Amino acid sequence: MPDLSNLPYEQAIFYLVSALAVGCALAMILSKNAVHAALFMVANFGLVAVLYLLLRASFIATIQVIVYAGAIMVLFLFVIMMLNVQEADPRSSRGPQDRLFTLGSLAPLLGLGLLGALAYVALGVKQPAATSGGLVFANIQDVGALLFTRYLYPFEITSLLLLVAMIGAVVLAKRR
Amino acid sequence: MLSDYLPILIMLVAASAIGIGGAVISWVAGPKQPSANKAMAYESGMIPVGTARIRFPVKFYLVAMLFIIFDVEIVFFYPWAVVYKQLHLFGFVEMLVFIGVFAVGYIYIWKKGALDWK
Repeated sequence: MPDLSNLPYEQAIFYLVSALAVGCALAMILSKNAVHAALFMVANFGLVAVLYLLLRASFIATIQVIVYAGAIMVLFLFVIMMLNVQEADPRSSRGPQDRLFTLGSLAPLLGLGLLGALAYVALGVKQPAATSGGLVFANIQDVGALLFTRYLYPFEITSLLLLVAMIGAVVLAKRR
Repeated sequence: MLSDYLPILIMLVAASAIGIGGAVISWVAGPKQPSANKAMAYESGMIPVGTARIRFPVKFYLVAMLFIIFDVEIVFFYPWAVVYKQLHLFGFVEMLVFIGVFAVGYIYIWKKGALDWK
């Protein structure tokens, strides 16, 4: 059970870390240099890991650092290197990337959809997850006990999702 | 419980202080008298040509992508191994199905030659 004795002190950490995370996210979007954007993203991942710690989800926080901040970042840097992103404003260049930016114009719509879904979930939650007591996600045992019983189907579907990612990567990268 | 992570915070602060401090002190305290000769490449160093941001071969991307996918697969093993005794045979079959789907992908990328470095 989470102890709520030091709540004000934790709230201070929460607001500080949240503000920094939002700041890093904005800096990532607004920075012209793609590598700087990637580094701001790493900082954001690290700060979100601290938010998971505040929710007493230590395993999730560790995974956030190992998988996201480590592995996903390597991938992003590879993509940046491969696409040869210049510092210049991409909107001024009309070239072979045209099709990519047409696809990119769908991004705000998808973002709005995600925001709507998050708002729907957030409004449905009556009290913070850390104090609800029903779903304890504190450590690795809790994650395991929930993941392999109650969330069995999402777990198995994850393997299909990763299979699609695997095949997609091979199909895209092995094409000559 | 949150105070368990205090050593990590202290290490983070100390590491940042050393890194940032070193850069700031050398910038503040170091003499700055640039000249054309000092800006030259050292001894056998080459004069830089073009940009450092060149395109990399796509096979690096493929390796990185496949690494991350199997990395995520391994992540699922940790909680599984911890609660394995409680799950008994059910958990074993569950994980076999999970690995089975991965095995399909593994055979696919193997047969496609995605693991060959050429």
